[in-house]
Amino acid sequence: MADRVIYAMYDDDDVIKDAAKALVTDGIHISDVFSPFPIHGIDPIIGVKHTRMGIVAFMFGLTGLMLALIGMRYFMVVDWPMNIGGKPNFSLLENLPSFIPITFEFTVLFAGHGMAITYLLRNKTLPGMPADNPHPRTTDDRFVMEIRLSENSNFSSEELHTKLKQTAIVEIEEKEYKIIK
Amino acid sequence: MHKESAIREPLILGHKTYHDITEDVCRSIEGKAPKAWYIMFGIALLIGLYGIGCILYLLGTGIGTWGLNKTVEWAWDITNFVWWVGIGHAGTLISAVLLLFRQKWRMAINRSSEAMTIFAVFMAGLFPLIHMGRLWVGYWVLPLPNQFGSLWVNFNSPLLWDVFAISTYLSVSLVFWYIGLLPDFATIRDRAKSPVAKKIYSILSFGWSGRAKHWNRFEIVSLVLAGLATPLVFSVHSIVSFDFATSIIPGWHTTIFPPYFVAGAVFSGFAMVQTLLLVLRKGMKLEAYIHTKHVEYMNIVIMVTGSIVGVAYLTELFMSWYSGVEYEAYAFINRATGPYWWAYASMMTCNVISPQLMWFKKLRRSLLFTFFISIVVNIGMWFERFVIIVTSIHQDYLPSSWSMFYPTWTDIGIYIGTIGIFFVFYLLYARYFPVLAISEVKTILKSSGESYKNDTTPTHSPVIDTPAEAVAPSKKETSKVSTEDKSGKISSLLDKIGAGDASSKNDLKLISGVGPKLEETLNNIGIFTFEQVSKMTKAEYDLLDSITGSFPGRAERDDWAAQAKELMNKTK
Repeated sequence: MADRVIYAMYDDDDVIKDAAKALVTDGIHISDVFSPFPIHGIDPIIGVKHTRMGIVAFMFGLTGLMLALIGMRYFMVVDWPMNIGGKPNFSLLENLPSFIPITFEFTVLFAGHGMAITYLLRNKTLPGMPADNPHPRTTDDRFVMEIRLSENSNFSSEELHTKLKQTAIVEIEEKEYKIIK
Repeated sequence: MHKESAIREPLILGHKTYHDITEDVCRSIEGKAPKAWYIMFGIALLIGLYGIGCILYLLGTGIGTWGLNKTVEWAWDITNFVWWVGIGHAGTLISAVLLLFRQKWRMAINRSSEAMTIFAVFMAGLFPLIHMGRLWVGYWVLPLPNQFGSLWVNFNSPLLWDVFAISTYLSVSLVFWYIGLLPDFATIRDRAKSPVAKKIYSILSFGWSGRAKHWNRFEIVSLVLAGLATPLVFSVHSIVSFDFATSIIPGWHTTIFPPYFVAGAVFSGFAMVQTLLLVLRKGMKLEAYIHTKHVEYMNIVIMVTGSIVGVAYLTELFMSWYSGVEYEAYAFINRATGPYWWAYASMMTCNVISPQLMWFKKLRRSLLFTFFISIVVNIGMWFERFVIIVTSIHQDYLPSSWSMFYPTWTDIGIYIGTIGIFFVFYLLYARYFPVLAISEVKTILKSSGESYKNDTTPTHSPVIDTPAEAVAPSKKETSKVSTEDKSGKISSLLDKIGAGDASSKNDLKLISGVGPKLEETLNNIGIFTFEQVSKMTKAEYDLLDSITGSFPGRAERDDWAAQAKELMNKTK
């Protein structure tokens, strides 16, 4: 049987947070929350883990740093050492001070872009990707909870509806669960 | 939720809801541009095209078309470059440094100042490229394997550091800016009515949907990018200053240059932000979001950085005397009293004296005065670069080669032209991009919005105020009203508002408060068009509520009739 999903709509960030807390206490699993801006404090309630994007940035930064040093050592020390204005390039260490600016820039370049690309890929947000927010107003002033029936096998659809209606809900809708992307 | 001290001035004036913020920002994108926009765009385009003409002439004929000579071999080209890079500093400073310091007032201005940064760095980047003389071999600045044997670029040269610094700065700023833009493009996409706009904004928004996990990542990515961009901002202008400071020209080789240039860049950047935003807020009616307090904050930054610049000028003078190097001393005496004394005097007046006026609260809170000073600072900072560059070299070690610099019309045309091109970009941005970070402003609404701070918020939404358990489930049951009763009511309702036609159906979901479910219900009753909804009054709302039995009072509260009227006018 195809999975079905309930979209419960709220019109305030604090209200949806309280509702989520109440529902989770009841044992309901909330798959996702769509909101027009980040709701602070909702992640631990619905069980969204802390992102590892920071680590990604660090790894990319390290890559950039290494590449810059390896590159400059090859260009300026190994391949064609030059005596420029009395500042000879005979070893990496001696010449390091004048390599610092580009090493720094390259580190930032790699960390920034590496993280941004990872971010876009992980979010599946790329040019031409379809949007999958359940209602156009979730990018304006509505907050929607996504509750999938397959993840809440302890409850029937009716039970979930009743439970949701006990929260300060604005609109509720049940439909086939479709994976858009 | 984060609470903010009550004595802090609110950042958003009046009462705004989340929807109001969306409306206020999207209004100018969705509506027609005012005549003033077309006039400004036309002027900017003409000037920009003239500038492009001058650049083409320069490329076709050669650098000889500039007023450079044997002694002054670097003048307006590098002056304009440093001027534009300096302007390009405020944006990332506002979005990155102020983000790290949790300055919430930045949210109203970060988007526009980042846009300014990016366009300003475009303009800056143009100058080194065209001043190579052979634009088409511009890629030679990169360390690429080539047919000349092991001929690599010189990694010891600050000019090459500049290449890396500027391009990193430009691309990282662009990424930072765009990642913030994605959710706001999504907002516009979901509101767009014309299929073309919808298509364009859905491509621009990359399919952003606002999932909790995505927002979680969004916040960390913004924070890390801010952390990366902060040292980047400082490094970029430090490296620009190395172009001069690592030389052995008196007046240039000063160790104070890096911090002094960075302060000067922030100074000029904030001045440009003021110039642009004071016009923008007026033209786009964003006074509630960018108000006197924001302007005052920026003026304080201008005052502080202006004072740093002033101290740097005086330190330079002192050091030239204290060093005991007569060439060094001469460079500064010549600056102040030589043939370019007027440039030095205007630099000192514009950059040292004018920001000191900001100590007066009345002046720094005056929008007109701020606008005036921001222009003065922009002019002053251009003169600063001119003074540093031209007056240091125009009288060199050999008096027989002393000369003056006279700009040709190509010099002037290219400089004015970049201002034109910059405004072409900026006006297009103001027209088609969300000029306020919609999603970020929403996050501070409850902590810094005026009506939320002094508890004058009109009762937000009765759905929340009424005990939900009492209303929602029981009222749902009323949908089991007897069928005869219902059909009678439906016909009396349709009598009043007129029968609808399914073929001329409007998208009722556009009415705030109507979702797909409710639209279906309305269609089942026989309500299909905005026209029908617009005729509804209190009596019809009550009738409707008794038929559908869902969400009582909702239609009245959201004022469907007025919304429908507006939508009717839009679709016509």
